[in-house]
This record gives sequence, C-alpha cells and structure tokens, in this order.
Amino acid sequence: MRKTSFFLFIAVCLVIAFQCCTSNSSNQPKEEKVPERISYNFDIRPILSDKCLACHGPDANKREAGLRLDLAENAFQALKENPKAHALVAGKPELSAAYLRITSKDTALLMPPPSSNLKLSQHEINLIEKWIKQGAKYEKHWAFVAPKKPAVPEVKMTDWPKNEIDNFILQKQEEQGLKPNQEADKERLLKRLSLDLNGLPPGLQMMDEFLADTSPAAYEKMVDKLLRNAAYGEKMALHWLDLARYADSHGYQDDGYRTQWPWRDWVIHAFNNNMHYNDFVTWQMAGDLMPKATKEQLLATGFNRNHKITEEGGIIPEEYRIMYVTDRNDLFGKGLLGVTLECAHCHDHKYDPFSQKEYYQMFAFFNNVKEVGIESVIGGPETYAKKPLMEISNEDVKNILTFVNKQDTNRLIVSVMGDLDTTRKTYVLKRGVYDAPGEEVQPGTPSSILPFSNKYPKNRLGLSQWLFDKKNPLTARVYVNILWQEFFGKGIVKTSGDFGMQGELPSHPALLDWLASDFMEHNWDIKRLVKQMVTSATYRQSAVVTKDKLAADPDNILLARGPRYRIHAEFIKDLVLSSSGLLNKTIGGPSVKPYQPAGLWEGATSGRGLLSVYNQDHGGSLYRRGMYTLIKRTVPPPTMGIFDASNRDLCEVKRLKTNTPLQALVMMNDPAVLEASRVLAAKLLQEKTESEAKIVKAFRLIVCRTPSEKEVGVLTAYYNKELKTIKPEAAKKMVAIGEYPITKNIDIKTLAALMRVVSTIYNLEETITKT
Amino acid sequence: MEKEILEHGLNFNRRRFLSSMSLGIGGIALGSLLMPDLFKNGELDEEALVAGMPHFAPKAKRVIYLFQNGAPSQQELFDYKPKLRDLFGKEIPPSVRGNQRLTGMTANQASFPLVGSFVDFKQYGESRAWVSDLLPYTSKIVDDICIVKSMYTEAINHDPALTFLQTGSQQGNRPSMGAWLSYGLGNENKNLPNFTVLLSRGVGNGQGVYSKLWSNGFLDSVHQGVQFSKGEDPVLYLRDPEGMDRKERREMLDNLSELNEISYQEFGDPEITAKVKQYEMAYRMQTAVPEVMDLSKESDDIIKLYGPDCLVPGTFAANCLLARKLSENGVRFVQLYHQGWDQHGNLPFEITKQAKDVDQASAALVTDLKQRGLLDETLVIWGGEFGRTSYTQGKLTQDNYGRDHHPRCFTIWMAGGGIKPGIVYGETDELGYNIASNPVHVHDFQATILHQLGLNHEKLVFKHLGRRYRLTDVSGKVVNDILI
Repeated sequence: MRKTSFFLFIAVCLVIAFQCCTSNSSNQPKEEKVPERISYNFDIRPILSDKCLACHGPDANKREAGLRLDLAENAFQALKENPKAHALVAGKPELSAAYLRITSKDTALLMPPPSSNLKLSQHEINLIEKWIKQGAKYEKHWAFVAPKKPAVPEVKMTDWPKNEIDNFILQKQEEQGLKPNQEADKERLLKRLSLDLNGLPPGLQMMDEFLADTSPAAYEKMVDKLLRNAAYGEKMALHWLDLARYADSHGYQDDGYRTQWPWRDWVIHAFNNNMHYNDFVTWQMAGDLMPKATKEQLLATGFNRNHKITEEGGIIPEEYRIMYVTDRNDLFGKGLLGVTLECAHCHDHKYDPFSQKEYYQMFAFFNNVKEVGIESVIGGPETYAKKPLMEISNEDVKNILTFVNKQDTNRLIVSVMGDLDTTRKTYVLKRGVYDAPGEEVQPGTPSSILPFSNKYPKNRLGLSQWLFDKKNPLTARVYVNILWQEFFGKGIVKTSGDFGMQGELPSHPALLDWLASDFMEHNWDIKRLVKQMVTSATYRQSAVVTKDKLAADPDNILLARGPRYRIHAEFIKDLVLSSSGLLNKTIGGPSVKPYQPAGLWEGATSGRGLLSVYNQDHGGSLYRRGMYTLIKRTVPPPTMGIFDASNRDLCEVKRLKTNTPLQALVMMNDPAVLEASRVLAAKLLQEKTESEAKIVKAFRLIVCRTPSEKEVGVLTAYYNKELKTIKPEAAKKMVAIGEYPITKNIDIKTLAALMRVVSTIYNLEETITKT
Repeated sequence: MEKEILEHGLNFNRRRFLSSMSLGIGGIALGSLLMPDLFKNGELDEEALVAGMPHFAPKAKRVIYLFQNGAPSQQELFDYKPKLRDLFGKEIPPSVRGNQRLTGMTANQASFPLVGSFVDFKQYGESRAWVSDLLPYTSKIVDDICIVKSMYTEAINHDPALTFLQTGSQQGNRPSMGAWLSYGLGNENKNLPNFTVLLSRGVGNGQGVYSKLWSNGFLDSVHQGVQFSKGEDPVLYLRDPEGMDRKERREMLDNLSELNEISYQEFGDPEITAKVKQYEMAYRMQTAVPEVMDLSKESDDIIKLYGPDCLVPGTFAANCLLARKLSENGVRFVQLYHQGWDQHGNLPFEITKQAKDVDQASAALVTDLKQRGLLDETLVIWGGEFGRTSYTQGKLTQDNYGRDHHPRCFTIWMAGGGIKPGIVYGETDELGYNIASNPVHVHDFQATILHQLGLNHEKLVFKHLGRRYRLTDVSGKVVNDILI
C-alpha cells in the first residue's frame, strides 16, 4: 500500500514536471550528451570502478571468471571460460563479450547481475560502446600519475584574473557561458577573510581601518596582517587536529584523561612559524628518527600517538596493539595520501590497485613502536600518557619548548613515537585478524603510487622521504585540495579523503596539478599557498547567487560566485565570544571545561577516572576559543557535535555541513550565547549613545557589516516593544544567566530588552555564515 | 508501469526535473527537509531515493531496543543448563572450549571450573519456555516474545562488541542502526527527533556507553540519535531561557524570519530558507517534547503496570514508559541503554538486583503496547552485546562466582513487529558454551530487523569514500524461521 502510494506520488510529480517542461522550452530536459572523444579516466573508469570492479577488479579472491577489467592486458585476453571470446575487442563492441553482456536481454547473462543491486544506465552503456569503438584505450588513473605543471590557460575576460588560479577557473566558466560575480563588498570580504585566516570576526577597529584604506594594496595588506596574527596558527591547526584525531581522552570504554595538549600547542606554533609542509609532516612522522633529534622534533611525533588507547582491563593486548598500528596506517593513507588504504586491511582493495600484501608492507613502517596493547588501567597522572613518552619540564618550557603553555610545576608527560631496537616482524594478517598471521612482509609502498626506492631507509624517516619525493603523485595534490576545501567549502576533488578510482574526479584537474606543482616548486610553503588562494579574484567574488546561476550551477562547482557556507563549530563559539568582548585570547595549554548541560558525562561513564564527573571551569577558562574545549571521546562537547565537529575517533579530512533544528536550539538557548548577549548589551548600555546606535554597533560587531535601514528598523521596533512589555521579574531572571558579573547601575529591564535584540542578531543565518 | 515511470524520471536530467518540480510540488521540498540525504547538494540522489522507500511491505514501523549494557549472563536468565550444576567445580573439557580465545582477565587463570546457575528455572506459558526465578514478570509474557538463545558475535570486549551490534562494525564511525532506519524510512512525526536515546544505570558493575553508539556516521546529522535526559531539559538546549515565555519566543522568531528574509532577498541562497524552517521545527519541538515527556496523564493502571520506579525520572522503568510514549508518537527508533550487567565477580548478588531493575518494566512495555494494539507494528528487542562463560572467573565458592565475556553464544528476546511470538529459537550445547543449532550472527540479527521494517539490508546502502556501506557490512541473512 505504502509502496503504491509512493509510486503514485512520483507519477503525479512526473506528470506535473512534464507539463512544466513542455510549457517552457528552456526547461526542456536534454539527453545526456555522449562526448566526441571518450576519455577513459573521466568517462569510463568511473563506470567500471563503481559497477564492475568489485567482481572483476584488483581483489584476487573475489574475482569472477578470472576476468579483470581494470587492466588492459587482462581485458583483451581470451576469456578463461570461453577462449574464443574476448571481454574487449578494440573497435568492435559487437564482438566484445563485455558489451554483449551489459546489453543482454537475458537476465541470466546480464551484467552487472541483478543480484548485485547494480545497474548500468543507457547513457553509461552508450559511453562504453563508443569507447570500444574508439579503440578501448586504457589510461593510468589520473591521481597515480605525478602532476606536471600545465600551462596557464588563456581567457577572454583578461582584466578579471588576479593570479593564475583565476585563469583556470575563468576558462571553465567561459566554456559553460558563465561570468564571474563582482568582487564582494569590503565588509563582507573582510569578514570572510578574517574568519578564514584567523577563525575570528574582524572587530570594529579592523573594519574601520580596512574601510578607510582605499589604496589598491589595502586588501593584500590586510591578508598579510591576518597571516601574522597568532590566531592564524589556531585557525589552521583545527583541520589538522581533525586529521590527526587529537583528543584529551584515551577513548574506549573507561575513556580516561590524557595530556596530549603540548602536541596541539606545537601544531599551532608550527603553523604560525610557517613551517613548510614537508618539514611539518616529516617531523610528525619521524621526528624521533631524525639525526640528533631535538625535543621539539620528538614532541611533533605525538601525531602518531593521538589514536585511542584502551585502559579496559581484560583485553587481549596484541589485538589492541594491532589496532593502534592499523589506525596509524589508515591515517597515513587517508590523511596524507588521500587513498582508502584501509580497504586493503582484510583483502585486496576492490577498486584501487593496492594488494593486501602492500597494505601490510606499509603497516610494517608503523609496527615497530615500543608500545603494548594495554599499559595501565585507568588511574592517576602516571596514566595520562603511554610509553613511549616524553617528559616536558619547566626548564624545557623556558628554553626550547617555549610555545608549550605549561601553567604549573606538575610532571607533564606526552605520548610520542619511539621504535624498538630490534625489528618486530610484520605479517599479512589474514582477513585482517590480529591472530591470523600469513606471509611475512618487508616495509614497502604500493607500487601503483610509487615503489619504495632503495635509497631510502626502511623506517618512518624513509617513508617521509618517499612521501615528499617529487615523483609521489599524491602528497601535494591531497594537501592543496584540503586547503582549497578550507577556503572554498569543498575540494577540487570533492572526496578529499579518496583520490582513488571510486573518488570523485577533480572539477578542475589542470588547476589542481598547477597548484600542486607550484606548491612543490616553492618548497611546500603553506602561507604562500594560502595567500595565493585568498588573493585570487575567484575567492574575492561576491556570494550573491542569481536564479539563473543557481539553476546553471547549483553546487557552485564552477565558482562563478563566492563561497557561502556555515562556519565550523569552534569558530561559531569564537565569533560569539569575540564579538561580545568575552574572548580570552590565551593560546594553548590544558583543555578547558566550559558550560555544559548537567549529567552528560555522569550518565555515560563507567564511573572511573578523572573524566567520570564534569567539573566545570570558572572565570577566564569559560571564554577560551572553541578549539580548547576538552574533548572526551566517548562524550564529546555537545554543541560542537551538533555543529558537525569531529568526535576525533579516527582521522577525518572533511566535516559535514548540516543544518538541523538542534542547531537552532543551541543558538537560542545555550547559556554561553545568552551570556555573551547580556554582556554585550550591558557594554553598549554604558555608552552614551541612542538605542539605535547601540543596535547598529551590536550588528556590526556580530554580523561584521553595517545593517541596512530596514534591518535597523526591524530590530529597533523589536527593542522598543520588549522594553515596554517585559516584566521586571522576567527581566531579572533573563539577565541572571552566566557567571560573568552583572554590570552595576544598569536598568535591568533595559538590559533584558537589549539582550534579546543582541541574542536575535546572534541567531541570524548570516551571523554564522561565511558570506 | 510505475517502475518504468520512476526509472524514466531518474534518467532524465535530474536537475531540471527538480527545478521544474519545485514550481508546484511542496511534497518533495518537505521531503528534503526531513530527509536531506535525498537532496545532497540540491540534487536528487537516486541511490538515496531507492533507499528511501520500503523495499517491501513492512511488518514493523518502529523499534524499541532495550539494550542491556555489559552483557547479562544467559545462564542465570534464559539458558537453562542443569548439567552445569551437576558439574560444579569440574574443569570445562578442552573439546568444548576448543580454540576460543580468552580475555585478558582470565587468560592467566590456571583452571576453568564450570558453575551452574545459583537460581532455579521453571517453564512458563504455552510455549513452555524456561525462565529463571530472577524474571518473574518476564516469565508471564513468554507467549508474546521470541527468545533467541543462539546469538553470537565476533568481539570479546565491551566497546567493540557494543559498537558491532549497533553499527555493524567494531571500529566505529559508522551510522548506528537507528540512524540507518531514520535514513531509510524518514520521519513520521516532524516535531520529534526520529531516533532517540535514553540512558539508565543499575547497581551492578557498570561499563560506559558512548555517543558513537548513536552516531549518524557518514549520514546527515539529522539522523543522529538525540539523547533524552532526565531533568528539566530532556533535549539539550530545549528550554527557553528563564524569563522568556512562549509568546516572547514567537515574537523573537518572527523578527528573526523577517531579517533572514531580507538576507535571502539579497543573496538568493536557498540555505537561508532552510535555516528558517529549522528554527520553526525547533520551535515546535519545544512544545512537542515536554508534552511527550509528561507522565501525569498516565492512568494508575499504567503506573502500576510499570511499577513505582516509572515515576522516578532516569530509571529504566521511567525510560520504558517514555519509550512507549515516544514510539506511540511516531519516533522511529527508541534506544534504551541500561548499564550494570558486567558480572565478572559477585554475580549472584549483582545480577539479582540488575534483573529486578528491568524485569517488571520490560514486561510492562510489551503488555502495554499489546493492549494498545501497537505491538504488531512495534518491534521490541531485549539483550546485551555478548554472553558470559559457563566457567567461573575468579574464585569459585558454593554461593559466589563470576563469569567472563563470551562471544560464542548469548540470549536475546524480541517481541512484536512480525516476529513469531511464543517461540524459543536456537539451542546451545548442554554446557551452554557452544551453539548447538540455528546460530544467529549479529549481522543476521540486523538483517532481520531491517527486513521487518521493510528494508532489504543489501539495498539499504550509502556510498561514502567510494564504498557502498551497509549496516550489515558484507554478510547477514534474514532469520526467516522467526518471522510470522
């Protein structure tokens, strides 16, 4: 019944859709066009990969009929089952068994078989047919061929580009008949830039300064200024903390406290010092193995110890030790190489050319750590880091590790890397199971990406050298893409953690290669790359979207308008604190416990350890940036999770951007937002200005632009109404929220009324949106 | 015919299909609000659409899962093994133990003496099912439930085992069962979250629960489990601030919409309109949630049925009653967790109290749903993450012992939702260590739940990072023998 009515619904929709289409010829649906020249990489491989390779691909154990369609020599060979026939015959679809099977009317012969729940569309079949006709030429997967710096394309609108990025972007737009938007107005541009480079709103002084500076260099000056701010390091650190699954607890069931935060302080420091990406990663991967390793280099290796570590008595240690190694290996694949290496943990990869053996060859690099599956059950300060660990003394902080914000004289320990003196043997683990070792393997890398050269030592240092080998096709592309995602909302390759065959194809392949090559040529200089992106005309466009542009490019793939999307959870908190003047700008140090609804930790704990009870902090700790909120893995900070922050369980390179009613509840009722509204209102009331001026100022601080007359009108009317109707008792309750002292000698009714107005401004869609 | 129309619709240019649709049909727009995955990035996603309908006529519409966290011992509750009493203190034969791995807690134990249940069992109902004296109320509903004695899992520790049962994978970061159902079936009540979580704790040895157990994984966060807690704010940040009444909130929202509309006029970004709609839903939730939490209108008979604890917020009994109310109001998946079942030692004492905590209310929930005519369309599940060993952990005395984790067999029960009532499915061997007949793997169990909700577990997929993920990962078959 239900099913029928659903179909009926679709049918009705279709009828109406058809009517709409026929009544307006510009809406006429077009048949998807088969291109003149078929590209294996862009047209065919995605079909083969998605619909065929699970059974006719790299996984030797699941291969049907001995047929492999991802390799040309195999696809052209005589079929095992029928030596007279061939899966592919160049130029002759009618003789190609593969083509005959995908077009068969006989469901017993049809490929993919109906039982697979997969199906080829007519368009896909047409593409394959034409590809075979044109000779069925294979190409190596684009991402596994090292990028070559392409020529910068010519464009018609020559006065638009500000740097090379724009030529690549504009060329595609011109191909599609689109024109870029104008530059965003100065206020919105500054908000975007400030949020992107510092994770903070610009503030009145900066806004005034920028608006007053009419010189052509004003924008670039501002970029440089923001790049110099220490908040830049904090902003940039966030994506890296997600990637490195940084947290303040050990995870798993008891989920005890850990002191890994000095590593986080180092990340901020490294970004602020503009450590180049190759050094940044090498130190984290292999700081302990570098000649005459410094304490700072050792601290950087905390990166590979941020994973969860169990404190559950009674586990089987080897099972967990293997999980830790697996976690490191998978992070290396997803975070640094942008491939789903983890799929080869239990079997050969089903889509990408990585064998299970190669998985364990990579695994071997991470398998020699002087660690155990369980070192201690949940306990006191001696359990806050697990061996191998380093101690950071107050002396260290005074002299070498000056960026570590150590606030007391207690012993401070951090989990870091350190290898055994002897080599632990690595085996292929059958089905990925820790106690089912198979063949022994030596350290190595997937040959389809880049074979591991003999010139490198067979350890993590060698692996880092391999990673930054100019011939490595992935490293630069993957990081350039992650940063592009930070500034433009989505990557040039949308699946930023999967550049493999099942990943999305790049929207602008030439631009990606140009950026990656340029990044390498300039010695992996991160600040330079950031500046390149934010000074482009592409970035500076207004985010206004016309109906035509929305229809032509709803996802803004061609970037004919500026990026416009909701900011990350942590930056929402920063925006609220900063605009109200509450922000505590301290950098680094132990994570803090701001307001949190009662009972969350207590309701979900084993009852053991420091983190079984939430003892909220007070004073300045309430007003630290969002990135310093303590992350207890099993119960992460609720407002962060509601706004899609990572729970830091595993490596994450891309956050969702959702929009839910729970987010509305947070903005309306979170005591932190209400307190900020009250504090800002009180501050404004102490100024000798008219109420309208106060509202304008609040709006400028929060939304980062001067409100229109209409907006001021709505807010002022709201204010006057509240002022008249609010009852003294209600007002008193309203302003009592938060621990920040209430300003004396202020009329409570006026304060409550203005507080409501400010809170409304915090709830505007534009407030927490990069516009 | 209908199928062809659908396929045609999917084959023609999706974007235009949609843009023309938005001219006249509010339904899809509504659908997009409730099930945003269908319209990832503004485009209709075929796979999501296919996933979004029942694959066949559903037997159940909703699920209530009474999760017994920590692994209740089947030997003291449902799996009657008189032989174990006869063999008290005798070593478990190696032929029975086979190559079963041991947890770190018993790995160094020199011997593995068998121990029978300290408590007696009797047979009940027409089904003549054996139930222990620890569960007097459950024993009265045996003809309404299906007891599965042959469940087994792959994990031997709590965290991975819980994660495996809830997400189909031991590693985490995948959507929970409730999130999958929300994604697959959408929302019946747009004023309440579709997947809610209720926590309680007994006196026994407790193990934590983790929010990843109700995670949306890679699905849209609208499918995430929303924890309802006791106290004044059952949903986080639900309550308006002190000193602000509903009328004033309405005024604030009206002003907010007006301002957002100005912004929409300037930018034309559909996200702005979507935001306004989410605020309106939040506003409705602010009324709907306290209404559903209000137990004052429940009759004395109902209070008596669930027991006096049901009036104490945060208890298992209160959560059971609340679960009925949420479910009755269309919440697709209500997940309870009751902690405290991890009896490594001192088992007789602890399990007696644990059982008392949950027995009456669990049975009451089934009875209550039945008398309201809701049991047919509501699937109730009771059980933990694995079983416990038939040998003792630690010191064995005449009246005290403990049991370690045991993944090879454990007992759960299911009721309603098209599951055969009054049957016992699967058997273990006479020492309660291995499965003797009809094994049910965790993925089989998950496939069966999805099946009852009208979903084919092999078709309910979501493509993420190049792979089509399923709740049942790569295995699982529906246990047809227990279906009506």
